[in-house]
Amino acid sequence: MAEILRLDPIRCDGHGMCAELLPELIALDDWGYPIITRGPIPDRLLDHARRAVDVCPVLALRLRHTSTTHGAAAVPTPAGAGGR
Amino acid sequence: MSTQILWFATRGAGVVSLLLFTAVVGLGVMASVRWQARHWPRFLTAEVHRSIALLSVVFLALHVVTAVIDPFTSLGWISALVPFASSYRPLWLGLGVVSLDLLLAVVATSLLRARIGPRAWRAIHWTAYASWPIALAHGIGTGSDASAPWMLGVDAACLGIVATAVAWRLLAGRRSADLPAVVASLGRGTFEKPGALR
Repeated sequence: MAEILRLDPIRCDGHGMCAELLPELIALDDWGYPIITRGPIPDRLLDHARRAVDVCPVLALRLRHTSTTHGAAAVPTPAGAGGR
Repeated sequence: MSTQILWFATRGAGVVSLLLFTAVVGLGVMASVRWQARHWPRFLTAEVHRSIALLSVVFLALHVVTAVIDPFTSLGWISALVPFASSYRPLWLGLGVVSLDLLLAVVATSLLRARIGPRAWRAIHWTAYASWPIALAHGIGTGSDASAPWMLGVDAACLGIVATAVAWRLLAGRRSADLPAVVASLGRGTFEKPGALR
């Protein structure tokens, strides 16, 4: 059971605090909106990821469970998301 | 002395609550205008806002509980929670209760933010702007130290901080929310990655 970060781009208001708290996985684009590294969150970053989720003022960032096991080659894609 | 200690606690906790609420309002405004500096990232404002808010709730609880359990006041819990139900200084005490009730709503919705969603949370959070001046009026109206010079100084300082913060927010809303936000939304619309939606 791994966890991934999911962004709701409609809700996102570009406050940028998630990127401050989790620069390992979240970068900001030129307009201040997050670009999230895909794939399961490494265990060592889970606490930081939770904090980044928690700080979002508009709840645009969420943690999602994925059934993909650790170390799987395929990047997990939640059902219905349709991939990249 | 042993009975008076509760009264002193009520008074002291009331003043500390005002100071902390003032800081919380100021930090809340700083977060909403997205202020940041080189050594002060935005998340720090948000997290200090939250931490001091929770601390202020502790002092507010102390303020209310010590007032109620003080045998000398004989206020009772209903007067402490239902606005204007008190027979003792109903208006001034009632304002404190209104402020308290608004704040309880703000705190409860903040704790349940993930469940009620950001819109409802935000709407309720706005009532903090009403809660603060009502609390100040409560202190000026019925505070035991209200006419003491140091307390007037505290009131004036707090009022100055919050007035400045509110003015800052109003002005920032006029300037910053326009151009960058429009550009940002255009950028998002143009460069939206497929499959990024839920």
